Amino acid sequence: MVMRYKFEIGCVLFVALAFTITQVDINNFFFFAAFAVLQYVMIATAWNILGGYAGYINFGTAGFLGVGSYTAIGLIQWSDVSIVGQIIAAAFVSGLLGLAIGYFTLRLKGVFFAIATLALAIVLETVVNNWDFVGGAAGISILPPRNPELLGVLIVDRKGGGIFDNNKELLFFLIAFMAIFSVWVARVIEKGKLGRGLNAIKDNEEAAECMGVPTLRLKLIATTISGSLMGAAGGIFPSYLTFIDPPTAFNLEFAINSLAMPMIGGTFTWIGPVVGALLLGTVQQVAIVTISSELNLLIIGVMLVLFVTIAPHGIVGWFMKKK
Amino acid sequence: MPEDLLKIQSVSKNFGGFTALSNVSTEVRAGERFGLIGPNGSGKTTLINCISGTLKNDGGTIIFDGQDLDGMKTHKRTAAGITRTFQIPRPFHSMTIMDNLKIPIEFVSGIGASQREIAEQAMSLLETMGMAGKANEETSGLTQIELRKLELARAIAAKPKLLISDEAMAGLTGNEVDEVLEILIKFNEDGMTIIMIEHIMRAVMQFSQRVICLDAGEVIAEGSPEEIVKDKGVERAYLGV
Amino acid sequence: MIFLELFINALIAGILLGGFFAAISIGLSICFGLLDTVNLAHPTFVVAGAFCTFVLNDRLGIDPILAGIIITPFFFALGWVIYSAYYQFFERTSAVALRGLAFFFGLLFITEVVLIMVFGVDHRLVNAPYIGKSFSGVVAGIEFAVPYRLLSAFVVAGILTLGLQAFLDRSYFGRATRAVHQDMMALSLMGVDPVMVKRIAFGIGLGTCGIAGALMIIVIPIEPAVGRLFIGNVFAIVVLGGLGSISGTLVAAMILGIAESLVATFFGPSWAPAVSFSILLGVLAFRPTGLFGVGDTR
Repeated sequence: MVMRYKFEIGCVLFVALAFTITQVDINNFFFFAAFAVLQYVMIATAWNILGGYAGYINFGTAGFLGVGSYTAIGLIQWSDVSIVGQIIAAAFVSGLLGLAIGYFTLRLKGVFFAIATLALAIVLETVVNNWDFVGGAAGISILPPRNPELLGVLIVDRKGGGIFDNNKELLFFLIAFMAIFSVWVARVIEKGKLGRGLNAIKDNEEAAECMGVPTLRLKLIATTISGSLMGAAGGIFPSYLTFIDPPTAFNLEFAINSLAMPMIGGTFTWIGPVVGALLLGTVQQVAIVTISSELNLLIIGVMLVLFVTIAPHGIVGWFMKKK
Repeated sequence: MPEDLLKIQSVSKNFGGFTALSNVSTEVRAGERFGLIGPNGSGKTTLINCISGTLKNDGGTIIFDGQDLDGMKTHKRTAAGITRTFQIPRPFHSMTIMDNLKIPIEFVSGIGASQREIAEQAMSLLETMGMAGKANEETSGLTQIELRKLELARAIAAKPKLLISDEAMAGLTGNEVDEVLEILIKFNEDGMTIIMIEHIMRAVMQFSQRVICLDAGEVIAEGSPEEIVKDKGVERAYLGV
Repeated sequence: MIFLELFINALIAGILLGGFFAAISIGLSICFGLLDTVNLAHPTFVVAGAFCTFVLNDRLGIDPILAGIIITPFFFALGWVIYSAYYQFFERTSAVALRGLAFFFGLLFITEVVLIMVFGVDHRLVNAPYIGKSFSGVVAGIEFAVPYRLLSAFVVAGILTLGLQAFLDRSYFGRATRAVHQDMMALSLMGVDPVMVKRIAFGIGLGTCGIAGALMIIVIPIEPAVGRLFIGNVFAIVVLGGLGSISGTLVAAMILGIAESLVATFFGPSWAPAVSFSILLGVLAFRPTGLFGVGDTR
């Protein structure tokens, strides 16, 4: 029984570990940096569900993230919704967006889906730029609630009464939980019927369809799940940054990283995006302090091109071959 | 009157200004061994694509097992009982041979079965095809005949009522052709209706109970293998005289 | 009356803009439509061409259009090299086509970041006698103004696009390019090296980025990220026109130019990017082959 649920038990242990970390007295910078890395674990994993498993590349990650962020902001402006509510709503809206884009473009060659997503982020950024309710081009500041409660339990209290001491710890725990959850979802998909069907689609879509795989339906499901997870990652973003404007929410960095991390880590398994995100994410957090952000992006771009041409199975693939 | 499993009525298909199929009509009876011949470019694969749903015919009707296939997606037609192979084999290249077979089983013929049952079904089919030893190998190392057999095995794994084999024997040696013929005849005897597209005349003659010949998108002859071989129109189409 | 005047002026600007759009899209129409290589980085290369024009104009005082012509051979060579790499790693091994997409996206990224590192994020302009002045007049009681920079861009764009179209339609090389799109094997059997044909064609496609870039910086101030604003435009035009049809690209560019101009005039310029994207989605949803497309989209 234990052996069968090895992975699930591992997930629970990691969640417990994340919680324990928040109870220890650590420099806030750690939470700051770890948040960014964990967010990328989630984003890379989400991207890979469609990009790696089905072979449909999404260039518009920033669009899905941004929509998630702005859904959260919209809710904050409109009424007092808890952060968990924001995240769930963000996931829902981004999931719908994925479904809509997919509906229009997934009947055609994968290239057209990719092109549509490429233009997506720009257009969404334009829409948000013009929308004053969520701050428009100038951006908007978020004040985290002082003593938030969930179902009557005090969650954050500076004076030590709540579960967490400050908001950063709460957000760290939330993103850790969501990242682990995403990896679990990816693995469930990968090992199950949906994953096998997506794999067939990636290998040869026409043959898959002729062998009875409902290709359009599976692609739409993957797009919706991928979009929802990205949306959730975006939904938590405003609370983390406490200030959001369109260039930040729809940042180009998301586009290149969400592609590079799975492709460098290895797209054929759930481990790949995790490795890629942990590796590249940590390097970037360190490098940001020492080199310019442009140079950082340049290096990621070059690494992407190199890996795509020379090592298509990524780091994990390289290790597995060595065995 | 034996049941018509497949009724093709006045099917036509155009690509821009080019007419690939024009007023093609025929029937295939349940359990029949049906041959489809014609020179290159005569529209055979286009007709298959229309039957399988890969292409949408511009005119005419295709009725399978009493159902009009118009508008039905390919994977639903597979579920209804039509499978086909591809002229150039299209294996799922990142999967093992066994996993290739498991896909149609999991999605069509073995829906709801456990992973173990699916594996058993796949294995038993591989044994029938004489490929059981290679079950866990990657597709990249297969020979031509093995690729062709895999292509057939995969289509058969879906337990179709109608199997369409598109030039499965192209480029094979005499012995290999016999091997494939044996497999097809065996499954036909078990009840599978088979449409065979082939250029290898000996195979078509040995296999088919009835043959039609296409040329430039039209049916130019229909009958028993012996009749077709003597047909002047067929001779002209192939020899261009 | 005001409405009519606004409308006429928007229409004029739209037509001129359409010419400009045609110039920046025709290279992609060749690469994507005829060669099936989805060069996502095309708009960014146009911006690179614009920056090169800026350097020549700013440092050496060369007229922008002349600068565009000067840098064309370099972009041609760049296209040659890029296609050779692409062919070597992707097409020859018939790898998953979508990995090629990641390759071009990586190029897009690298190009943009290099531009940022070299030129910074400030907007740049060029100077020329025909920039900054307009040609105005009154016809039938309606006042209109035609900025010279738009007009000159339109003229050059017209020469470029119609010239290329004629070249591809009538020349031996042009026919070879079409043939390579339809049947590579047959072409090689006729003694023509299809890979060389593709290399040259891709070089031509990228070569247009020189002049197109010059036109871009004549028409608008540029900065490195501008390329991404045009991605929607350029792809909408190529898809709307239909893959494989150069004349389709020209017509679609006109349509988009007029549409964007009208929307900008009557609803505000910030809505312009939404126009191209909506057209793109609409075409993909209802008529994926576009107006004059010859390929299959499935």
